[in-house]
Amino acid sequence: MGCGRLIPGSDPLCGQLLEVKQLAPKIKKMVKAWQFSLALMLIIGLVTGLAGCAGNAGGGNELSGSIKIIGSNTLTPLTTVWAEEFVKVHPRVRIAVTGPGSGAGIAALIDGYIDICQASRKIKPKEIEQAKANGVNPYEIQVATDALAVVVHPSNPLSELTIAQLSAIYTNKITNWKEVGDNDAPIVALSRDTNSGTHVYFKEYVVQMQGLPTENKSLEYGTQVLFLPSTEEGVSETAKNPNAIFYPGLGYVTDQVKLLAIKRTASDPAVLPSVETALAGTYPIARPLLFYTNGEPTGVIKAFIDYCLSPEGQQKVIGIGYVPLK
Amino acid sequence: MVKGTVAMVKPTVSTAAAEASLEKSLRRRWRLGEKSIEGWIMLNGLLAIVVLVGVLVLLMREGLPIFLYTPPWKFLFGTDWYPVSEPPTFGIMPFFVSTLMVTVVATAIAVPIGIGCAAYLAEVATPRVRETVKPIIELLAGIPSVVMGFIGLMLLSPLVQSLFHLNTGLCGLTAGIMLSLMSLPIIVSVSEDALRSVPNEFREAAYALGASKWETIRYVCIPAALSGISAAIMLGVGRAVGETMTVLMVAGGALAVPHTPVEPMMPMTAAIASGIGNAVRGGLQYQALFAIGLILFIMTLAVNLVADRVLERQKRRFGGIAGK
Repeated sequence: MGCGRLIPGSDPLCGQLLEVKQLAPKIKKMVKAWQFSLALMLIIGLVTGLAGCAGNAGGGNELSGSIKIIGSNTLTPLTTVWAEEFVKVHPRVRIAVTGPGSGAGIAALIDGYIDICQASRKIKPKEIEQAKANGVNPYEIQVATDALAVVVHPSNPLSELTIAQLSAIYTNKITNWKEVGDNDAPIVALSRDTNSGTHVYFKEYVVQMQGLPTENKSLEYGTQVLFLPSTEEGVSETAKNPNAIFYPGLGYVTDQVKLLAIKRTASDPAVLPSVETALAGTYPIARPLLFYTNGEPTGVIKAFIDYCLSPEGQQKVIGIGYVPLK
Repeated sequence: MVKGTVAMVKPTVSTAAAEASLEKSLRRRWRLGEKSIEGWIMLNGLLAIVVLVGVLVLLMREGLPIFLYTPPWKFLFGTDWYPVSEPPTFGIMPFFVSTLMVTVVATAIAVPIGIGCAAYLAEVATPRVRETVKPIIELLAGIPSVVMGFIGLMLLSPLVQSLFHLNTGLCGLTAGIMLSLMSLPIIVSVSEDALRSVPNEFREAAYALGASKWETIRYVCIPAALSGISAAIMLGVGRAVGETMTVLMVAGGALAVPHTPVEPMMPMTAAIASGIGNAVRGGLQYQALFAIGLILFIMTLAVNLVADRVLERQKRRFGGIAGK
């Protein structure tokens, strides 16, 4: 060895060089091992990835694919049940359902990154223009109907309201229950936020009284109205607060809240929301529940929507509490 | 050094050259390895700056165009927020005042409790108590904000409603209380560190002059640690300003400019969260929401920057004292 047979440690630099030289082959081995393991991991990763892809492609006749559904909070319980039942029959299909609000779903459809938009309000002409400008062609399919329920706390003695009174409540023109009923208490008007199709539908057909002679398109929700992020929160707050009023879809109504009968005008009969009254057309604020796709649906999306419209799918609608198409 | 007793083997020229080149290549490899690792670490550090600047640029690019539609003073001081009407109006005064009100309530609750807790942990508690209590307080910081919102909704809001005889418990006060629970751990943590960094000489001098423990804490420790405590408060404020999920669920969501904390209100974060799903990319509402985000970002950035500078000053003040 070149350093000479000095006592180890007596010449520091020489000693260090000795150590380094002894380590050199070990270092060479270590570097090689690290490179080797990295290469091994890359190969394993590639192989599993390719195997996964191959597995998906060689599916045969079974229906497979993925469907992304975003949109209405009102429709979400229904679409979730449909998705679960569909996936039971076709286990290779993956369906994702989220329900921030119809507005969010329509915006996502216009931006082109979902397959189905579930909406509880019709798409507006301006939104159709924006969609077409983005190369998206909205195709509308009605899948169910909803009788929009108006609920209050069970202790509230009120049992019916006209649409005009509802409009006055939600524009904060009427602020005390004694102006529409018997008890002297302030009204706490709960609403969904602007993401919600229910919010927009209620604004157009109740607050602005579309279709009635008193129609006023300049009316807005009042500044004392509470905007809540989800229908469940509205229903649970109504169940806790004796002064609250809220408008959930019929599927969200529980027996912790009290349904109000709605009169179209003061001279019309008061009708409670239910499957029968919505189908008969006597309930004044029943609205279609819609799916929007980009162009006519094909493939796995068409299969799913066919299931939703089939007698079996429509039976599920009643189970959730909404109104089937027939 | 022992000489002469060991026979030196004279190296031949070829082995000497071979060792020299091996030694040089090993040194080069180490240097290369070091340089590449240093480069990689520097890249990661730069990434943080790039992300921050990138977020700012994105917010400005998407949010500033709204000021072409609505002039800035009308945007900042207007009180009508109707983004889906024809024509849409954007005035964010209600949101701004709501954020301020909720933050003030949260800070007013969290600061006395937080500083008191920090003083207890730093000055009075035995080490065993400190070691048990501090992790528990830090656990509070780990509770997800949606769980806090749920607790506020189910437990706190009926309580607030019956206690203050309100129409509804979904108000700024409930949101402020939940936010104070979330900013408390930050305030306690940073304040306690600040109090502990006050040198013992200060306390010893106070005791030598005959001060009691409470007098020492009140007149010596806390004023000495005041920079650190202010930094803690500002960090807590920053947390309260930016919190979204809790205020979305609990603050009520009314569009009026609030006059008292017990009214339902919608802070800026809740306004963005409840509107962004509906906004079509590039549309007016989208730009307005990004502008609100820009204002929030600048507010939180300013608060955090000031807190950082104050903490630096605290460190410099006590870092150089002799005897440390």
